[in-house]
Amino acid sequence: MTGIPMEHGLILAVILFSLGLAGLMLRRSMLFVLMSLEVMLNAAALAFVVGSTAWNQPEGQAMFLLVITLAAAEASVGLALMIQLYQRFRSLELHEVSRMRG
Amino acid sequence: MMMAATLLSFLLPLAGAIVLGFSGGRLGPRASAAIGVGSVGLAALATAWALLTFSGDSQGFTLWTWVSVGEFQPTMGVVVDRLSLVMMSIITGVGFLIHLFAVWYMVGDAGITRFYAWMNLFVFSMLVLVLADNLLLLFLGWEGVGLCSYGLIGYYYQNEANGRAAFKAFIVTRTGDVFLALGLFLIFVELGTLDIGLVLEQAPRVWAEGSVTANLAALLVLGGALGKSAQVPLHTWLPDAMAGPTPVSALIHAATMVTAGVYLIARLNGLFLLAPDVMWLVGIIGALSLLLAAFAALAQTDIKRVLAYSTMSQIGYMFLALGVGAFDAAIFHLMTHAFFKALLFLSAGAVIISCHHEQDLSRLGGLWRKLPVAYAGFLAGGASLVALPLVTAGFFSKDEILWQAMASGHYGLFAAGLTGAVLTGLYTVRLILGIFHGQPRSDHARHPRPGTSPLRHHLPLAILAVLSTFVGAWLYPGLEVVFPPRPDDATNAGHTLFQFLATGAVLAGLALAGWLFLARRRWLDAKVGRGLGARLWILFNRAWGFDALFDRTLVRPWQTLVRVLRFDFINLGMNLPAVIARLCNAGLVRSQDGQLRTYAKVMVFGATVILVGLVMTQGGGA
Repeated sequence: MTGIPMEHGLILAVILFSLGLAGLMLRRSMLFVLMSLEVMLNAAALAFVVGSTAWNQPEGQAMFLLVITLAAAEASVGLALMIQLYQRFRSLELHEVSRMRG
Repeated sequence: MMMAATLLSFLLPLAGAIVLGFSGGRLGPRASAAIGVGSVGLAALATAWALLTFSGDSQGFTLWTWVSVGEFQPTMGVVVDRLSLVMMSIITGVGFLIHLFAVWYMVGDAGITRFYAWMNLFVFSMLVLVLADNLLLLFLGWEGVGLCSYGLIGYYYQNEANGRAAFKAFIVTRTGDVFLALGLFLIFVELGTLDIGLVLEQAPRVWAEGSVTANLAALLVLGGALGKSAQVPLHTWLPDAMAGPTPVSALIHAATMVTAGVYLIARLNGLFLLAPDVMWLVGIIGALSLLLAAFAALAQTDIKRVLAYSTMSQIGYMFLALGVGAFDAAIFHLMTHAFFKALLFLSAGAVIISCHHEQDLSRLGGLWRKLPVAYAGFLAGGASLVALPLVTAGFFSKDEILWQAMASGHYGLFAAGLTGAVLTGLYTVRLILGIFHGQPRSDHARHPRPGTSPLRHHLPLAILAVLSTFVGAWLYPGLEVVFPPRPDDATNAGHTLFQFLATGAVLAGLALAGWLFLARRRWLDAKVGRGLGARLWILFNRAWGFDALFDRTLVRPWQTLVRVLRFDFINLGMNLPAVIARLCNAGLVRSQDGQLRTYAKVMVFGATVILVGLVMTQGGGA
């Protein structure tokens, strides 16, 4: 476990988070937006795990479990919404399902 | 008994007005007419009952105490004396006949319930005005008739011009009412009471004859009377008020409301006798009004406008009588005028309805054979108006006024009255010839539909026609006991000469009219068509340009002021928060465009800014 330095783990987490954020901002499909969100959550969870390993603190691991639970809940609600949305609009493109006239 | 009759006479029209006013369209035309006419009819019966049981002395009843604060206990009450009984009889009697005729006239009009509700409320207000024992209650009735007049002039409110006429009547008479209210304040401050009896009793004790305060009080009251009675310079509303239905013109703008000013001055005679200068002014205004209006009546083409100016002219006679101190003669003429002017207006209404709402003299003519009842009404009313000697009511009352003017030494006013008598003959003959003689000048006049209902059409006209003859003059009870002595009590010299003069003036007017309108018709038309004649015609037709004058000097500056005040700078400051809120709203609405990606971008941008900020501020220290 000691082979990988903490910085590498954190850099990976940052890269994953940035990828997720970019996907959130740039993707048009709802599905990919949701996936980007999952990636961002997992990036944050990775940072927790890396931190807890480096400092030998178990709270980080517990936090990881919490994040995983949250991500599962979020995915299930998000997917359910998406199914509803798809049934109504026959599309998951964000700009097509927008009905707001701002 | 007396009290019950008096109460009934004015509570019945009020009850009628309330029932009709709050029926909310649930009453049909027949039920409305039954209630509207019935209540005034019963009020007329109650008045007759009061007349029969009247003992001859003035009787007062307190209705209720308004407030009770220590010594100050103003009461609301009615007082019945000969003067108020004469007025009550005119209001309910003539009013009932006009209501009855209105059933024929108004048949098929929309909103008939509203019509009767206003008419009943008007009769009630007018009765309160003449019965009130104090000036405050009188003022309530005074304002009430103004309000009802507004509602009835604007009865056909779908036409904007009628609404404007109603506005004009309301605003012009209101100008007078402000003076009256100020006069009442002054009287209350100076004399400490508004009770009419007490005012008349105390005024001579507090004020010396001709004192400034007495003059001012009389002048302010006169201002109110001028507005209500359509005398110069507050007369401009009366001709426009002809926008209302013809029975309204008959009731309000001839028989009753416009006489309120005459009644007020006659009622407050003691106050006016303390102000000889104002009395002089009353006479001058009366003479001026009667001449101006008589000239204006010569050049009108609308038959109702001729009658309106004629009304103004006849009320000028009453003011002239008041001005020379002949209160009795003024009320006498008020009564006969109520008879014959109501008759003329109702006959005009009969002509108008029969000719399919045609009321332009230049489009009528030749109707005498086809509308015999209206023709007879016009002849009887017109004869009384021009004061045909001996057979008409108008002769006796006008004769009395002119004689009092002469006997009191006001030769200028007397001359004006005589001139007015000649002019009256002229415009009356012109009116009757224009409607009933010559060739019919339009299809409406060629195929009239005469009124056939004996009860609703013939009866009111017949009764009023009888009252317009010398019979009407007999009915006058004489009010010497109510008023101070008449000017002629001292002298009777020259009465014979005077009667020749007065009769001569009337006959001269008729002869001149006959010569002008029958023998020299073409010459007259040519004269009026161009040059000086045309200019005179325009001047008379526009009634000496009072309307244009007031429009330029009062109405337009006022409208300009209002337009300026609309852009009030204080108001702009008040509006500033609203403007800011609206700007913020516009900005925030733009930010909510419903695009999820935009929200994400904005959120990321914001988070970045906060993060960078934190690093910049705390990075150095950490």
